[in-house]
Amino acid sequence: MKAHLTRRYMFSASHRLHNDEMSEQENRAIYGKCNNPYGHGHNYMLEVTVGGPVDDETGMVCNLADLDAFVHLQILERYDQQNLNLLAEFRKDVPTTENLCIAIYDIVKLGFRQAHLDRVRIEETMMNSFEYAGD
Amino acid sequence: MVYLTRKAEFSASHYYHNPKFTAEENARIFGKCNNPNGHGHNYTLEVTVKGAVDPKSGFVVDLKQLKDVMSREVLDALDHRFLNKEVPEFFTKVPTTENLAIAIWQRLVPKLNAAQLHRVRVYETPDLFVDFYGEA
Repeated sequence: MKAHLTRRYMFSASHRLHNDEMSEQENRAIYGKCNNPYGHGHNYMLEVTVGGPVDDETGMVCNLADLDAFVHLQILERYDQQNLNLLAEFRKDVPTTENLCIAIYDIVKLGFRQAHLDRVRIEETMMNSFEYAGD
Repeated sequence: MVYLTRKAEFSASHYYHNPKFTAEENARIFGKCNNPNGHGHNYTLEVTVKGAVDPKSGFVVDLKQLKDVMSREVLDALDHRFLNKEVPEFFTKVPTTENLAIAIWQRLVPKLNAAQLHRVRVYETPDLFVDFYGEA
């Protein structure tokens, strides 16, 4: 039997939406308040969904302790209380939550071996959420 | 096709233990959840059914019927129970959220005549939930 397990995490980070390839006016027109040069922050709610057969002996898709340990070390340690614009993955890409979803998906997909990653979902605020499933 | 989701809550206790494992293996794999005296959760259940909207009633399913089936087949059996000791599925299986979602699906499927079951979602806590779609 195949099930899908979702775990929620929270991290706080700052960012500024700005693309050097565009003029100041274009940046302001596209990103609005998010283009404020001093940046701003969010409490991001992250959902990581893994899927696979439920192990007969443990009753688990994967051991939650393994998933938690991986996400704490590789994701929360990397992004919590950071300025996203200063991180290597956002030197070129604008740190929108779309791009953050893709960056986190790629880290989990590459590094977490105990279960298949179905999806990463991030709530930037209670009103905005973004999902990436590797499509 | 329209999807309808009904929520319910139940509270139950459980512990994780597999008699095939040694005491050390049980402690290592299940951690604090292996405490034999059990611990409990306020579970939230979401049952999603799907179907065509009936042109006469405007319903995918009679919500009253769905509610009654959920109460009778799931909540009466699980609410305020010690899952390992009182719910037959968990006499042999570890009562993880995964197995709970599967057990709830299996309890509902034969009783839901009017609508097709799409998904069972069980929240163990607000930060942990499992979806089961009946996949083999």
